[in-house]
Amino acid sequence: MSRGTLRQILLITDGCSNHGEDPIAMAALAKEQGITVNVIGVLDQDTIDESGLREIEGIALSGGGISQVVYAKQLSQTVQMVTRKAMTQTLQGVVNKELKQILGSDVSLENLPPEKRGEVMEVVDELGETVELEVLILIDTSGSMKTKLPTVKEALLDLSLSLNARIGDNRFAVFVFPGKRGNVEKIVDWTPEIEELSTVFPKLTSGGLTPTGPALREALTYFERKRSLRSLIRDDESYFEGSM
Amino acid sequence: MMNHTLKGLCNLPAGTVITGKWHHQSYKLLKPLGHGANGVVYLAESAKGIVALKLSDNSEAVTSEVNVLRRFSKVQGVALGPSLLDVDDWTAPLMKKHISFYVMEYIRGEDFSTFIRKHGKEWVAILLLQLLSVLDKLHQEGWVFGDLKPENLLITGPPPTVRLLDVGGTTLQGRAVKEFTELYDRGYWGLGSRKAEPSYDLFAVAIIMIQSCCPIKLERKGDGRRQLISIIQADVMLRKYQTVLMKAIDGKYKRASEMKQDLLAAIGRPDPSHSKQRASQKTVQKSRRSKQRKRGKARGVLETALIIAVLLCAYAVYVYHQVLP
Repeated sequence: MSRGTLRQILLITDGCSNHGEDPIAMAALAKEQGITVNVIGVLDQDTIDESGLREIEGIALSGGGISQVVYAKQLSQTVQMVTRKAMTQTLQGVVNKELKQILGSDVSLENLPPEKRGEVMEVVDELGETVELEVLILIDTSGSMKTKLPTVKEALLDLSLSLNARIGDNRFAVFVFPGKRGNVEKIVDWTPEIEELSTVFPKLTSGGLTPTGPALREALTYFERKRSLRSLIRDDESYFEGSM
Repeated sequence: MMNHTLKGLCNLPAGTVITGKWHHQSYKLLKPLGHGANGVVYLAESAKGIVALKLSDNSEAVTSEVNVLRRFSKVQGVALGPSLLDVDDWTAPLMKKHISFYVMEYIRGEDFSTFIRKHGKEWVAILLLQLLSVLDKLHQEGWVFGDLKPENLLITGPPPTVRLLDVGGTTLQGRAVKEFTELYDRGYWGLGSRKAEPSYDLFAVAIIMIQSCCPIKLERKGDGRRQLISIIQADVMLRKYQTVLMKAIDGKYKRASEMKQDLLAAIGRPDPSHSKQRASQKTVQKSRRSKQRKRGKARGVLETALIIAVLLCAYAVYVYHQVLP
């Protein structure tokens, strides 16, 4: 079984998209490309309306991932739980496919007797521990997210702490939408440690529309890119450019 | 956030009979015992007697937990967790999702916090000694418990014995801890990684002791280490164990048995308040004894004088009789 890399998009938002393509369609596109889309809806004092909830669930369903709506206080635990669950889900999908190929099309994990299932789960667990993981985090920075951004930062730092305890390598990239010069803006390029979040987050401004669909579409293109050498040099410059 | 299936599983009426699809064993549900993120636990009646039965719609989580319980049953001597009796699937009427369950021995007892409330804080250190023995065995087998907290410690007996519950967080050493609770997690306090190693569990043991002496639930505020030190120093009982606690918090113990040794030594030391009492008692005794000695000396001298006087008199009478014709 090839190990490959698990690719996930983690979308953190507090409401409905209101600009650009349908995010659910973009999530389906992601799934076709082998990228799982997970969604976390964050609440503070407010509530998410019915259509927002449906959209959040719809994006995760199309994207083959997990969705959860929580209060800002539980964000850290939720971010980790969602990421892990989604990883296990994807890996099980992979294992189920292999089982079907070996044992026949009507075999899945649930059809195996409990003892055999135990052995398969051990393989899934081991894969989950050793597989390489790439997580692209998309953060909604529309006006209403302003008070929630510090909690989001803490949750992401905590996520990297958890994932870096694994044996497998991790890479993270962080984007915000809307961006200063367009629908999406990259704030952290692919890196194993997202410590730079601490310096980058305070400089974020919130406001504007919520172009979830375009954000997802652009995010998809970043998975193929490795961190460019030029960007390593230009990093600091690009932040100052934006704030001027 | 519970899904519909889980909610349905929580409300099964007493008397519901669950029959396994693979092993065909039947269990009659008596009452719910508790529920977690992954499933619901019921008290049930079986051919083997009273058991605990965990139902879940998440067969992966069930399978993972069963794997852990199976490994534990191979460890001789100390009971590391409830013993596994059966694993199976249930075709629930009316429920669309696939339901898995496993059956384990029912352990009757009280959770750690309730026990301490009823029997007193002096039990904290003693129960933790037991826990450290159990953890040492677990670590020798290559596992880390992971989600160590008072809610996962059951006190059975008499004699009061610590048992570990809920093996959802148990992880192989070297991997990332599968499940944890913030308060007892050293990553939350900024004092270590989430890699499964013995020191991870020992940190949680220290927090268990600290929290048992705090009326309010602990929450990290800024510098975690400094906060913990100030909490320790503010409590009489915790001060006594400060060295052990700080060593565990700083991850300096490689083995649970080392922490147990230190804890034993610290328990053996007299309390600071006791030693003050003893000291004052000692001085009182000392002065009494010296007074007695002085009196004794005086008495001794008097006695000697009397004896000499009597002897002299007797001698005088004798001489007198001799001299007189």
